[in-house]
Amino acid sequence: MNKIKCLCSYENPFGTILCERCGRPLTEEAKKSKLIDMRYEGAARRSQTYKRSIIDKIWGFFSSVKVGINIIIAVLLTSAIGTLFPQKLFIPATTEVDIAAYYEKHYGLLGTLYYRLGFYDMYNSWWFITLIGMLGTSIIIANVDRVIPLYKSLKKQRTKRHFSFLKKQRIYGEGHVPESNDSLAKAEEKLKELRYNLKTEDGALLAEKGRFSRWGPYVNHTGLIIFLLGVLLRSLPGFYVDEALWLREGETRAIPGAPGYYLKNNDFLIETYSKEKDAEFGQAIDRVGTIVKNFQSDVTLYKDAEGGLPGQSDRMEFVKDYSIIVNKPLQFDGFNIYQMDYRLDELKSMTFQLVEKATEKSFGEFTVDLLNPDRLYRLNEGAYVELKDFYPDFDGIEDGEPKSKSPVPNNPAFIFKMVTKDKKEGEMSFVAIRQTLETNKNDYKAVFVSAETRDITGLVVRKDKTLYILLLGGIIFMIGVAQGSYWNHRRIWIQKGEEDQLIVAGHTNKNWFGLKKELDKVIIYANLPQYEDRQDSVFDKEEIEGEKE
Amino acid sequence: MQLASVSGNLLFFAFIAYLIATLFFGGAVKGSKSKEVYANNRWGKIAIGVTILGFIAHLGYFITRWIASAHAPVSNMFEFITAFAMMVVCAFILLFFIYRTPSLGLFALPLAVVLVGYASMFPRELTPLIPALQTYWLTIHVITAAIGEAILAISAVAGLVFLLKNTDLTKRSKQRFWLEAVIFTLILVIGFILSSSTFAIMGYEAKFTYINKNEQQAQIVYNYPPLFGMNEYESLTPDKMSPLAEMPAIVNAKTLTTFVWSVGTGTLLYLLLRLVLRRPVATLFQPFAKKANSQVMDEIGYRSVLIGFPVFTLGALIFAMIWAHEAWSRFWGWDPKEVWALITWLFYAAYLHLRLSRGWEGKKSAWLAVIGFIIIMFNLIAVNLIIAGLHSYA
Ligand code: HEM
Repeated sequence: MNKIKCLCSYENPFGTILCERCGRPLTEEAKKSKLIDMRYEGAARRSQTYKRSIIDKIWGFFSSVKVGINIIIAVLLTSAIGTLFPQKLFIPATTEVDIAAYYEKHYGLLGTLYYRLGFYDMYNSWWFITLIGMLGTSIIIANVDRVIPLYKSLKKQRTKRHFSFLKKQRIYGEGHVPESNDSLAKAEEKLKELRYNLKTEDGALLAEKGRFSRWGPYVNHTGLIIFLLGVLLRSLPGFYVDEALWLREGETRAIPGAPGYYLKNNDFLIETYSKEKDAEFGQAIDRVGTIVKNFQSDVTLYKDAEGGLPGQSDRMEFVKDYSIIVNKPLQFDGFNIYQMDYRLDELKSMTFQLVEKATEKSFGEFTVDLLNPDRLYRLNEGAYVELKDFYPDFDGIEDGEPKSKSPVPNNPAFIFKMVTKDKKEGEMSFVAIRQTLETNKNDYKAVFVSAETRDITGLVVRKDKTLYILLLGGIIFMIGVAQGSYWNHRRIWIQKGEEDQLIVAGHTNKNWFGLKKELDKVIIYANLPQYEDRQDSVFDKEEIEGEKE
Repeated sequence: MQLASVSGNLLFFAFIAYLIATLFFGGAVKGSKSKEVYANNRWGKIAIGVTILGFIAHLGYFITRWIASAHAPVSNMFEFITAFAMMVVCAFILLFFIYRTPSLGLFALPLAVVLVGYASMFPRELTPLIPALQTYWLTIHVITAAIGEAILAISAVAGLVFLLKNTDLTKRSKQRFWLEAVIFTLILVIGFILSSSTFAIMGYEAKFTYINKNEQQAQIVYNYPPLFGMNEYESLTPDKMSPLAEMPAIVNAKTLTTFVWSVGTGTLLYLLLRLVLRRPVATLFQPFAKKANSQVMDEIGYRSVLIGFPVFTLGALIFAMIWAHEAWSRFWGWDPKEVWALITWLFYAAYLHLRLSRGWEGKKSAWLAVIGFIIIMFNLIAVNLIIAGLHSYA
């Protein structure tokens, strides 16, 4: 491409607006305008220079901040719509039919519409993910488009600038001072005191500070990109484990997603606040009722013994005892196990008594373990009870056959065969909670004595290898955003004109108030010409007057 | 218990101090003839002195309450909003010492007053922490987020001053309409405070049983005369007013009743004002904004977004994710409260980009700042009370 040769004889890349070295405006537009646009120092940017091929067009599209803002607003609006009704995730239904019915039942026509449009699973929808992808693309392209030219031109800038550059700055002043050399020296002194970096060249002074803050946006966008990449990685297998684990008290199970590890639930407990112990909260307890203080699972972690075969439960090695509470997950080998849920008082076992109906004579008690029932229970005087069939979650009789809804002992039912000395062939009896069915009239019955219950804790097993990437992204974002927000890039040019004329110009990327405050100090100390802030004219001149009255 | 009442008194003291400081800031603005006087007059000095005194009392409230309940007092609506008000005052004090503009105080302090008033309408007793809230990450997350939001709120105050000053209220225009709408909304909040405290003083209570969403019977106590009844309600206090209409189970008729009473009271108040003034209510405030320097207000608006945005990001997103990871096992769950924090963040990102690259200064940027504050308040109030996800407090 053609280079643009400036009058100062420097050769600028094609597309440059302000000469990288002396600052002379190079385009017609820049020459005509009253104030020059200092963004990106007037450097040549790919997106502004090449607009022909498809690639140029795509590049141009994504590098535009206007497009970027529109994408941000689009993400914002779709996110907001997603909170109108609860997302699929938060409703009790699981099948598509139930989900549709749920939205219709609770939210009527709008709910149906919400479901039909796919808004009920907004954040996993392809268009939402596409938007996030476009956001990332836009950030990357916009930054690459700007950062290199900006870096180059800030590096190449010369101390001495062409008058046309200074004259078109927002902060500008010129005037005659009695001793310009003296003033220049004093200005130098004061600016040093204000911690500016100074460069001089042939009667020209450039004071600059906080240039590093110009990189803030690029650093923070890099952080955002790293974060988004981290999120992307989660969808690859192996980076992310998320499993539920229900553990009964006393039970030991292999930890899903963490091969070779086992967890035993020793005890699950719930504590609530009491008015005696937590007197300061008495009023609140009165108003709300019970308030939970603690959910806790006391567990023991085991792993496969070294050299042992996996899954050999008698060769497990103790790792540690731990109390999992909310906010304090059990951590091991990159895994976290969280306290998430619970179920109280699941039936564990039921105890019965074999009784002769006529005499009420007992042959002793037997206890059925509801998860691992035995087939035979031997009682006194040679009597025994055989468990012919077991329905842990009895759900009525269908086609003459009892049915179990699930393997969870919510509503156990049994078919017992009771054998005694005088009934050698045995009597059959169907026993469920609060009912007993007999095919023929029996002489004996199994009478319910007691039941034992236990709690179940609901745990979640997580492993997330991307967390450190996300955290890194977050930290980089914070560094960048602080760098760009809490520091400003300020420049003050002081140059000798003809005779004793001095020219003062200033620029900052933000916080003009701060720049002017510092410049005022320099001007008073070094007796420099007064400057004018040309932006003042943007707001009504009259009101600035009005304020002084 | 003793400490808790000390704490309550300190808050009341702060509330009164802010009211008095507002008056003095009014004097400072009205009484200044020149720019120099405006920045440094005696009224202004007293005003900022009283403000600082109020702030110290407010801080005292915060600390004593922290000691009394043994956790950071940011765990329910009352506590969070009062803490938020405290930080708004703190942010204002800092900015006052940079820019020395009494006009900002004249509008920032009433905001603090309204916030404390609003907060006091929620149950004020000390509440214990449920397990999910028992972590120092909660303290860090909520306090940082509140500081960020408070700084951002100052930008809305500066924006409002800018708009009041630069909008021609004598002619019909879109801007005038929306400005009046903002003022109207503020009056609705006052309507809520007025109606709620009136019935509270009267000790009004109406009790009902009803059938809730999960088809179970529950009880509810109204503190307002019940305009709307809960699903299949039955009154336990027959001598009190009976509801005019029954609502389906998904609508919280109690919240709706409160809402309608507040809007009713607020609207009445507004209409009365209009009747007395015979012009837009915004004109009442305009003279106080006239002395402000537009450029300084614009600058404060932008500066406070610049200062507040990183703090907000840290508190409301990064710390929030760390906490969510500890408590709920995932750093992000698309809970409505989380989503609205993200929306707020995106909105201010858009603000910064618009300002930086499209030169949105002055009125446009002032409007954005006001809208940003509305989003923050929406997240605080509507999402907590209406959309309510995991974050809804006891
Ligand atoms: C959620 C997403 C984004 C966030 C949080 C974000 C954040 C920021 C921040 C804080 C700044 C500094 C603003 C200031 O100092 O006033 C900035 C500047 C900038 N952003 Fe973004 N940004 C986001 C997305 C984008 C996108 C999509 C683009 C694409 C066009 C973009 C392009 C830019 C540019 C060009 C600058 C100015 C850089 C400069 O002046 O050197 N940003 N961004």
